Amino acid sequence: MKLQHPLARTPVSARAWPFLIDLGVAACALTIFFSIVSTGVYWLGKPIPVVPISHSIGALPVYAFYSIVRIGIAYVLSLLFAVAYGYTAAHSPRLEPWMIAVLDILQSIPVLSFLPPVVLAMVALVPGRQMGIEMGVILLIFTGQVWNLAFSFYSSLKTIPREMLEASRIYRYSAWQRFWQLQMPFAAIGLVWNSIVSVAGGWFALMACEMFTMGTRNFQLPGLGSYLQTAADSADMRALVAGFAVVILIVVATDQLAWRPLIAWSDKFKIEQVESADRVASPVLELLRRSSLLTSLPGRIFARVDEPIYRRMALTKDCRIVHPLDEGQTGKASAGLWALAVTAIIVAGWGATQAILMLRTVTWHELRLLLEGAGATFLRVNTALLISAAWTIPVGVAIGFSPRLARFVQPLAQILASVPATAFFPILLIGLVKIGGGLGIGSIVLMLLGTQWYILFNVIAGAMSIPSDLREVSSLFHFTRWQRWTKLILPGIFPYLITGMVTASGGAWNASVFAEYSHVQDRTLQTIGLGAQIDAATDTGRFPILLLATIMISLMVVTMNRLVWRRLYRLAETRYKLEG
Amino acid sequence: MQETGVPNQTPAPVPVVEPIIRAEKVEKYYAQPSENRIQVISATDLSIVPGEILALLGPSGSGKSTMLRMLTGLSTPTAGQVYWHEKPIAGAEINVSIVFQSFALFPWLTVLENVEAPLQARGIAPDVRRDRSMKMLDTVGLDGFEAAYPKELSGGMKQRVGFARALVVEPEVLFMDEPFSALDVLTAENLRSELLELWANKTMPTKAVFLVTHNIEEAVLLADRIIVFGRNPGHIRTDFRVQLPQPRDRKSEPFTQLVDYIYKVLTKPDVAPDEAPDQQVRVRDQRQMHYQMLPHARPGGMAGLLELLLDKGGRDDIYRLADDLAFEIDDLLPIVDAAELLGFLKVEEGDAAITPSGAEFANSEILRQKELFRDAAVANVLLLRQIRRALEAKSDHTIPEDFFLDMLNEQFSEEECLRQMETAVAWGRYAELFDYDAGRRRFVLPDAQDEEIAASEDSE
Repeated sequence: MKLQHPLARTPVSARAWPFLIDLGVAACALTIFFSIVSTGVYWLGKPIPVVPISHSIGALPVYAFYSIVRIGIAYVLSLLFAVAYGYTAAHSPRLEPWMIAVLDILQSIPVLSFLPPVVLAMVALVPGRQMGIEMGVILLIFTGQVWNLAFSFYSSLKTIPREMLEASRIYRYSAWQRFWQLQMPFAAIGLVWNSIVSVAGGWFALMACEMFTMGTRNFQLPGLGSYLQTAADSADMRALVAGFAVVILIVVATDQLAWRPLIAWSDKFKIEQVESADRVASPVLELLRRSSLLTSLPGRIFARVDEPIYRRMALTKDCRIVHPLDEGQTGKASAGLWALAVTAIIVAGWGATQAILMLRTVTWHELRLLLEGAGATFLRVNTALLISAAWTIPVGVAIGFSPRLARFVQPLAQILASVPATAFFPILLIGLVKIGGGLGIGSIVLMLLGTQWYILFNVIAGAMSIPSDLREVSSLFHFTRWQRWTKLILPGIFPYLITGMVTASGGAWNASVFAEYSHVQDRTLQTIGLGAQIDAATDTGRFPILLLATIMISLMVVTMNRLVWRRLYRLAETRYKLEG
Repeated sequence: MQETGVPNQTPAPVPVVEPIIRAEKVEKYYAQPSENRIQVISATDLSIVPGEILALLGPSGSGKSTMLRMLTGLSTPTAGQVYWHEKPIAGAEINVSIVFQSFALFPWLTVLENVEAPLQARGIAPDVRRDRSMKMLDTVGLDGFEAAYPKELSGGMKQRVGFARALVVEPEVLFMDEPFSALDVLTAENLRSELLELWANKTMPTKAVFLVTHNIEEAVLLADRIIVFGRNPGHIRTDFRVQLPQPRDRKSEPFTQLVDYIYKVLTKPDVAPDEAPDQQVRVRDQRQMHYQMLPHARPGGMAGLLELLLDKGGRDDIYRLADDLAFEIDDLLPIVDAAELLGFLKVEEGDAAITPSGAEFANSEILRQKELFRDAAVANVLLLRQIRRALEAKSDHTIPEDFFLDMLNEQFSEEECLRQMETAVAWGRYAELFDYDAGRRRFVLPDAQDEEIAASEDSE
């Protein structure tokens, strides 16, 4: 009996298919291999900071390919970093509060603020090759992707059911076995969903980061982002439309070929006692499951690698005794930890002194401008949130209450959320310029574009989750429309609404950097705002202002988080939770 | 603490066999900053000797699970030491398994992979692993289900997988933490008899079994030796051998006598502990503090119990009551304790006897019942009295919940504090002693009395 296939749930059909699918899988693997090789060749060539971008449509596939490679590498790096960071934070109680606080702060810093240090560092690290510049851009995309993955992994680790942890201890699992058989599978679902959000954030960052100016240096890399920006600059409508089409195509393809199969596959990690009725179906996953290559090969490779490790670990002293769950890591801090703390303090001290020296060059006038900008951006972000909420709540509730519509619209909303709004900024800006409007209103529109979808699909999910018997009560007792909204609908969707708004708020702050300041057709459009000041500072190379503006933005976001969003979350978890 | 003259048991003999696991004066407590201690388990000695099934029996919250974790090395005692074959357990290579109440299976592994996992941890080769696991699955009756995932199985089958996983490593001691309480009655019966079969036929190389349970009948059915664990804080109330021959009949006279005896032990009031010998730190545990630990029972439950008692002529055996209601001790004892606290009944020798005020309560209709309840609550429960007095004294007649939570925190753990407050709020609302605003987390005087007080203040 073949032990890999579970009790047959669907009839397995004809024999011919597996061979074709295997062929397909092998072809894909070969393509990937070839592309890695060719990218490697390009990267190891001489550095060309400014690559001329052609506007022909024939060049699009190559540019798309380069962009995908960048996003892919950034994602893999993010995943590795997030797992390592989350694991360390969850396992050392001394470092934990620091690491989480640092994560909080880093999450609030917009991508563009990382630009100068990261790019300069990478270019200095690998001066003689194109790879230096590429790594700089890849790391920038990384900073737009990694934080929520790290949070997700960390919080998964902290919520593993206690009895499963006890089982792993009493049966003397090694750290390796516990990681691969307990921790990673448990975290898988969170990581999949957060990966979707991360990659969307990556595209967002990529569109803006492939072409930028930093002080006196110009950078322009071949890719979709540069293509779209240059096309917008020269008002080449055909190229623009073609570029959009490719972007949307890639997003949809990723959704169908990667995300949906992953979501369907990650169902097996759900902790539920009985099979649930609604599951995401993915034809691609079914197809892949029929490939005998994919089902047997990874298993065999893992077995070859795993077994010696297990044998080795079983002989260690650690694996022969039972480690208590409650005590353990507290106690005397090791020498390594002390060294780490001391180096951290020294580095922080040096960094702080440099920062203060830099900040001294900022004049009072500039400071006042920054404060005004902060106020303006704050108002804009909240206006965008309010406008989004104003239309997404009614629409989302209407969609959520009709299951058929919801089944169709919700994945669509998810895709829309993945499409990087930054891709559309150039064309919208051109439109704005033609109308003659300024970026004051325009930036709000741009922020809306990027963030309202999060609220929409969260509201849809919230409306779907309101139990039908509550709705029946409201119609039975002839609730007025006002009563229905204030007593049933708004409280019911509240937790989901808050989740959506937090994501949207973060996205809006991030978007402000690109929405408030832009180069369009040899003109620079900008408006009063913190984001504009960050962008302008990067452009002109005024690093002290960049630093101060980043500090302000970070402070505002973190404060909003603690004062407003955390309280609302707690309210959502206690008063507005639907189950008892 | 052994009882003499008790049916069908003898006091535990002086052990001549070396115990496999021995706990010496183990304690578990959490120190508070204010020199008080929340004692979960007071100094206890316990030994597990080969050749017997040992049951640790006690109501919920008595710390039995904590005791189990300390005996297996999963939790370090705050005081005292646990020995494995006379070596400290912390560094010893022990060989034990646990069967968990919630099965603790990994949902992303098949049944076979779940059972193989502990063998994998020991570095055993894949084919040997598979062989042993398949044999074990056969023994527990799951032949054919190797490739199934846990979510496709019923509760009973999941627990069988739990057993298979526990036994595949051939543990010296098999620990079970309320293994059958998540299963329905019939499946639980089934699994119990299968466990006894495995034990009797020596099909498992296990030398001892340690069972934690709150089900008295289960303990008497399975165990060779029963330790009754009291709570507040956890301590051994009695420890005795069960001499009944297997298979045991629930309805037989000796069986029911034993169960009755255990009920008696559990409902006997706690002896106050002796003053600790002169210590530097003045340690007070729950039994010496002034807030009564409110039993978690609802006023409705008490009303029902009292009416039932009155129906039986005012007095009945607690075991018989439990049997009639098909309640387990966890369900019945809190109600009995609560009614006793309020003076509505008295417990004597394992019987519950209704008092005159209890009889009046049972005979009245709802409004009068609330009045009687209110009087009894204010007279007997310090916390409720304090809340009421504070509300009356304050000019705006409202007080935040945190005020009382802080005081309770001195005496109880965080979790228990919240449960105590929940029960107090339920009693207070029923008795119309006060209203509780859950949104603002405040106690408020109920409106009618509010006006009454205002009126009386005006007239003064």
